[in-house]
Amino acid sequence: MAIARKTVVAGPTSLAWWRENLFPDRGNSLLTLLIVAALVWGLSRIFDWALISAQFRPDAEACRALAHAGACWGVIAEKHVQILFGRYPYEEMWRPLTATLLLLALLALTFLRPRGRLAAAWVLAAAVVLTLMGGGLFGLSQVGPERWGGLPLTLLLSLGGMAGALPLGVLLALGRRSELPAVRAVASIYIELVRGVPLVSLLFLASFLLPLFLPQGMGLGVLARVLIGLILFAAAYLAEVVRGGLQAVSETQRLAAAALGLGYWQTQRWVILPQALHLALPALMNSFIATIKETSVVTVVSLYELTGALSLALSGDADWRPFFLEGYLFIAAIYWLICFSLSRASLRFETRAIPLAR
Amino acid sequence: MSSAAKRRRRALIYQLLTVAVLAAALTVLVRNTAQNLRLRGIPSGFDFLFQGAGFDIGDSLIAVAAGAPYWQALLVGLVNTLRVALPAIVLTTLLGTALGLGRLSRNFLLRSFCGAYVEAFRNIPLLLQLLAWYFVLTDLLPPMEDAWRAGEAIFLSKSGLAFPVPVVQGGKWMLDLPRREGLGISGGGTLTPEFLAVLLGLVFYSAAYFAETVRAGFNAVPLAQKQAAATLGLTRSQALVSVTLPQALRLIMPPATNQYLSLIKNSSLAIAVGYPDLVSVANTTLNQTGRAVECVSLIMLVYLCLSLATSLLMHWFERRMAWR
Repeated sequence: MAIARKTVVAGPTSLAWWRENLFPDRGNSLLTLLIVAALVWGLSRIFDWALISAQFRPDAEACRALAHAGACWGVIAEKHVQILFGRYPYEEMWRPLTATLLLLALLALTFLRPRGRLAAAWVLAAAVVLTLMGGGLFGLSQVGPERWGGLPLTLLLSLGGMAGALPLGVLLALGRRSELPAVRAVASIYIELVRGVPLVSLLFLASFLLPLFLPQGMGLGVLARVLIGLILFAAAYLAEVVRGGLQAVSETQRLAAAALGLGYWQTQRWVILPQALHLALPALMNSFIATIKETSVVTVVSLYELTGALSLALSGDADWRPFFLEGYLFIAAIYWLICFSLSRASLRFETRAIPLAR
Repeated sequence: MSSAAKRRRRALIYQLLTVAVLAAALTVLVRNTAQNLRLRGIPSGFDFLFQGAGFDIGDSLIAVAAGAPYWQALLVGLVNTLRVALPAIVLTTLLGTALGLGRLSRNFLLRSFCGAYVEAFRNIPLLLQLLAWYFVLTDLLPPMEDAWRAGEAIFLSKSGLAFPVPVVQGGKWMLDLPRREGLGISGGGTLTPEFLAVLLGLVFYSAAYFAETVRAGFNAVPLAQKQAAATLGLTRSQALVSVTLPQALRLIMPPATNQYLSLIKNSSLAIAVGYPDLVSVANTTLNQTGRAVECVSLIMLVYLCLSLATSLLMHWFERRMAWR
């Protein structure tokens, strides 16, 4: 018995496509017309607000005169430096700018052409970026981490958080799958505990409790503490992602490694983990995207990454305070571009194999 | 010694080592903390819960007198967390299901619109969305005297949403209608802009994720099931209700549980817009009493219990579904 399959229609060029996708029956035809009407109305309003009636010059007087009938992009023209780079000293702005461009370029390179010595490039980039931001070397003036902010801080927190959380996550995942009950219990308890509480509570832990945990006289800056909080949080989620990858590696791989006489760590390092991480790559990318979005929460413990830097730039200025919405849209566009590009890049991982093990 | 015995001994040593390192680390942490607290003159213990709190909470279901003990303030915080998280879960489920089904529609425009929604809302941080909603609700809406009006007795303004509530008066059910009085609005029930911002932010963000879960669940039902339903002569809607939906629901439940859990945890971002949820009240308590260890562990403990309760409830629900 043959079941009739739906005919595959090529694309919007053919009449059949239009009939099948827009006017298949009376109800759908009505829906199509309704949506078209709503889209025309909505998009023309948005177009008018965002472009036609908008004010692009940094002129607070003209912006107020618009009374929100048009967007005031002048607020971006006026405040973009503070929004993008926070409280970094104004005359040294080229440093966070270079650091940001370097990080974004290397990110793009990593996901578009993943070959060559990327690990080495990242280590080098980290050193260059930290030197650029912090200074104190090569005649660069010193700028403490408490003055870092904006987009470079968002990138540093998410990349640093990921880099720190991945090794910890791998260890926790291995621990959770261990044959040793005590090790398994410790890893499981940690993972479930952290996954059961909100990120804010871990950031509180990092910013209020960490100073109490450390021995007297040993202080940690706010940036380091927040980074530790992010790492402890992300590691629990990464552990579950890595565990998923580990479970997908065939048992015969372990047996083959055992037959070769490899020990536990050798087996994990050279046989199991390369395959597991490779399988988990799309999920790892999702975690990375989640981490980028989560860095916005560090505003709660007074670290001024992109979201915090925007509030810092606008809330103290009565002229520009009414135009927060335009500011939110601006940084939302930045977050969206980064996260959406990364999610598209991760789709490539699902379809194409990348040589991870040499 | 046999190789099995050797392995057993090594396993024992590794485990003892793990436990010993952990115990040592914990001991050092506890000792450091005790010493630091002593040096800074911060008392410890949960006795502060019974002292009077130096703040009152404007937005709450239970009336709490100013100067009530901290435990009551924290309880109000917990109630506020649930008060925003539970409606958010219901609305997220509705909106997410609609969007997820929309993505599976035959209609190209509806499919694309729902797809665009999902991509737009899940790639922007929730905190940013909350702040934007809060700004729109408190800065761009008209002031109370020019409140927008929908129907007879629903008002929306900078001061929040006022709506009719049923009350018992003289043994009879009556509707308490909000009405304009001078420059303000009195009577009826009100939802503060803080509450609305958290609710809207959570719902619009979580629905994008929920939609993907629903879509994946429906896609995972084998095509043969739909074809079999068609062979039996069921109409499209009959097939959806009695063939596809029950199977899809079972696939959707476990990931949906995870999304409810993260929604509850995400409601802690309420602190950013000043909605007095548990985290926000605990943070104020922490700043007033200095009992950091106690307050942070209290937050964690409560959320762990909430997570556990949600998991249990959903597992119970899943089991019931499976029996039918």
